This record gives sequence, structure tokens and C-alpha cells, in this order.
Amino acid sequence: MEPIIRIQNVHKWFGSVHALMGINLEILKGQVVVVIGPSGSGKSTLLRCINRLEEFDEGMIVVDGIPLDTAKNINAVRTEVGMVFQSFNLFPHLTVFDNLLLAQKVVRKRGTNESENKARMLLEKVGIPDKASYYPLQLSGGQQQRVAIARALAMDPKIMLFDEPTSALDPEMIQEVLDVMLALAQDGMTMVVVSHEMGFARAAANRAILMDGGQIIEEAPPDILFTNPKQERTKAFLSKIL
Amino acid sequence: MNSSSLPAPSTKSLSKSDKSEKKSRIDPWWGLVALVVGLIALLYFGSPDPYQKMLPFLKDGIWITVKITLVSFLLVVVLGLGVGLARLSKNTIIRGIATVYVEVIRGIPMMVQIIFWYFALPAIVQQLGVSLKSDALMNFRPDGTTMAIFGLTFGYAAYMSEVYRSGIQSISRGQMEAARSLGMTYFQAMRYVILPQAVRVILPPLGNEFITLLKDTALVSAVAVPDLTRRGREFQASTFIIIETWVMVALIYLTMTLLATRLVSWVEKRSKYER
Repeated sequence: MEPIIRIQNVHKWFGSVHALMGINLEILKGQVVVVIGPSGSGKSTLLRCINRLEEFDEGMIVVDGIPLDTAKNINAVRTEVGMVFQSFNLFPHLTVFDNLLLAQKVVRKRGTNESENKARMLLEKVGIPDKASYYPLQLSGGQQQRVAIARALAMDPKIMLFDEPTSALDPEMIQEVLDVMLALAQDGMTMVVVSHEMGFARAAANRAILMDGGQIIEEAPPDILFTNPKQERTKAFLSKIL
Repeated sequence: MNSSSLPAPSTKSLSKSDKSEKKSRIDPWWGLVALVVGLIALLYFGSPDPYQKMLPFLKDGIWITVKITLVSFLLVVVLGLGVGLARLSKNTIIRGIATVYVEVIRGIPMMVQIIFWYFALPAIVQQLGVSLKSDALMNFRPDGTTMAIFGLTFGYAAYMSEVYRSGIQSISRGQMEAARSLGMTYFQAMRYVILPQAVRVILPPLGNEFITLLKDTALVSAVAVPDLTRRGREFQASTFIIIETWVMVALIYLTMTLLATRLVSWVEKRSKYER
């Protein structure tokens, strides 16, 4: 089976800092991959390379058969890849409902009825149908992040990328976001998640990856990686966060 | 960032108290407008000798000043946005050209720029016409108002581009990334996500530029455009009435700028959205 995401020998420099040192990774359709690692290890950078929010200097990434090279291809990939950010990045000048409509109309060119039905269905799915007419900043962090997930899902993506989706949340709001993500994983969505939420990783992920210093150090199913890692760096990192 | 759930109704009461606060601030401003207009009326009716002759003479100039201000401003708003975006471009050449343009324009007095457009530019074109043996270019004699509008537009667009640039840069990078990650093009993201938010930052300095531009239109009197200032000078030259002429010209400019200030704050208020 052709992997839905193929990352081949990707290098990235920030000035003189070698942020990604030849990453190779293949992700199959329906897999949920959790990426952990210390800050500055390149995990967010790698994630942002998958939809080319970050340019890479060497190597190749192919998403759903489309290589990330020309501007046209990059945009085509972006319409198929949803992204959720640590800081939500909802559009504060639009209501929750309009946040969900904008890209459907502008990018997907959907009609009003279709996009509004989609938006309502998704708000139901993430559990906040009553907040449609609110502005993002009137919502709690957990609610904002769920809107952000719904906004990405409105494009019917084949892949969802999560960049530390719960790191900016108060502890009591983390679970409501993870629940939505878990449901999404159970629906068979292909997901790449940068997060240190071990509970989520164990419950939802097929694969867990530890990155450090711009390299993939170790990969295993989450249960094995968290309880019985082989590499010293993995052990050292896990001892700090567990 | 984690503002815990805020009840929606609070924004309503907030905007209400906001409104009444603004209402009380409007009145003294309108009072000032009334005072200045009243003063003009008082002079007109109380001292008919120079003023009833002077005002009809100045009237044509007022319209030209208003026309030049509005047309130039409209062009400045459009050109300024283009230059502002060019200044933010990733393309080094586009950004370089825009940067040089802004730095050159900002380093030359507005007066010199207007004179250059009216006197030097046509001369350059005419000489070009001589060497190219082109009659059309040799007989190039643009009219003063057009060149004045060009001069003001190119001058002010440089300043305006900086207003746009800082406004756009004030919006967090995450907004552009979120829009792009949804598949929007750069221009769609600008149009639907960045600019609608930047407008709130841009409007106050934009209004400021409008009022400054209105006052700077007086400079076009240097290139034979019969604006308000020019008409004032002509009236003074033919009647030797000095003090009264310039008191009246000053009062008319003041009326226009006060009204423009009101207009600007009205637009600003209307563009505020509740959140």
C-alpha cells in the first residue's frame, strides 16, 4: 500500500541550526502517529513541513500522491490536510459559525446550504452547537480548540495534523479536546499528533515516535515506547516527563 | 490566552456604555465646528465690505481643494496598499523596489515633489520627444490639477504604505498560517482574514493621513492650481486686503479639517466590531 504521507530524507536549517537531519517516515492511511520529544527537537518543524507551512531545504515529501513542490501542489495538499495549532488561531473577527464557513466557501466553493449544514454538523460533533453565534474570544480555551478542530474538518481533510493541541489549555479543559481527537481517531482519520499526552497516545495511536536533535531516535507502538524504550535518549526524556 | 468563558450578553452592555461615553465626547467637537462656522457667518454678515466680495471668489478654490483631497486620498488608499504589500513580499526584487520608493519619497519635501511633477517631469518628457522626434511627447503639457494629484498621491502613498505594513504586521503570524493551512491563497488570506483585522489598527492613522493630506493640498498652489490658498493669494494681490483674506482662508481650512475629523471618527466607530 502506498503510504498517504511519505517523508524522504528531509533536511531543514534555521540559519546555522540543523533543525531536521534527514528525516525518513512513512505513514499509512488511517494510522495515528504521536510524536514526542524535548522542545527544540524538531517535532513541530517536521509537522509543519507536511503541509509546507515550513519550507525544507532538502529531501521530498509526498502527501496523498502529490509531491510538495510547486505552489499549486502545495495548495492542493493543504486543502486535504487539516491543521490544529497550539494557539488555536481562530479568526477573531468572525463568529464561530463563520470561522467554519469561510474556507468552505472561498476554497471549496461550496454553496451556502451545503457549507452551513456541514458547519452545524461539525459543531454538533465537537459538542458546542450552541456557540455558533459567539465570537472566538468569548469561548474558553477548550471550546476554542474544538472549534479549531471543527474548522479544519469542514474541509473534509484526509489527514489531520495536531501541533501541541492541548499545551495552551488549562488542565480541566484538556480532556474535552482529547475526547474529540479520540473520536476522530476511532473514525479512521489519519492523524499526526505532536503531544505529550500519554493517555491519548496509548488510547488512540498506533505508533509513537521520539525525536531529539532533529532526528527520529526511536519508534514503537506507544505502550512499548513508553514502558520499555530501547534507546538511552528515549529513557532520559521519558523520565523527565512521566 | 485562556479567557474563561465570558457570557455573551456582557459585550452588549459594554458597547452601550461605550456609546454613551462617545456621545458626550461628540458634543464639544461639534461645538467647535459651530463656533468656527458661526465666526465665518459673523464676518460675512457683520463686515460685508471685504467678505461678501471675498467668499464668492474663494468658493471655487474650496471645491478644487476638496476635489484634489478626495481624489488623491482614494488613489493613496489603493496605491498605499499595493506598496505596503510589496514591502512585505518575500520576493527580494519587489520588496527592494518598494523599499527604495518609500525611502526616496520620504526623503524629499512634498513641495519639491509637486514642483517636480509639474515642471520637471513634462520637461523631461518633452526633451525625450525631441530626441525621439515624437510630436505627441514634444507637446506634452499636462494640466496642473492632474500633476498635483499625481504628486500628492505618489508622495502620500509612501507614508500610507507604512501604515498598512505596520497594521498587517500587527496581526499574529498564526492567522496567516491558519488561513493558508485551510488551503487559502495568500491573497484570499489577506482579503478575508488579515485585512479585516488590520483595518482596526489602520483606520486611526489612515484618518490622520487624510487630514494631513487635506492641509498639504495647499502646496499645490505653487503649481498654478487655483485651490483655496491660490485663490487667497490672488484675492490679496488684486485687492491688497491682507489680514482679512488670510483670516478667512484659515477659518475655511479649519472648518474643513474639523469636519474631516468628525467624519474620520464616525467611520472608525462604524468599523468597530463587537467581540
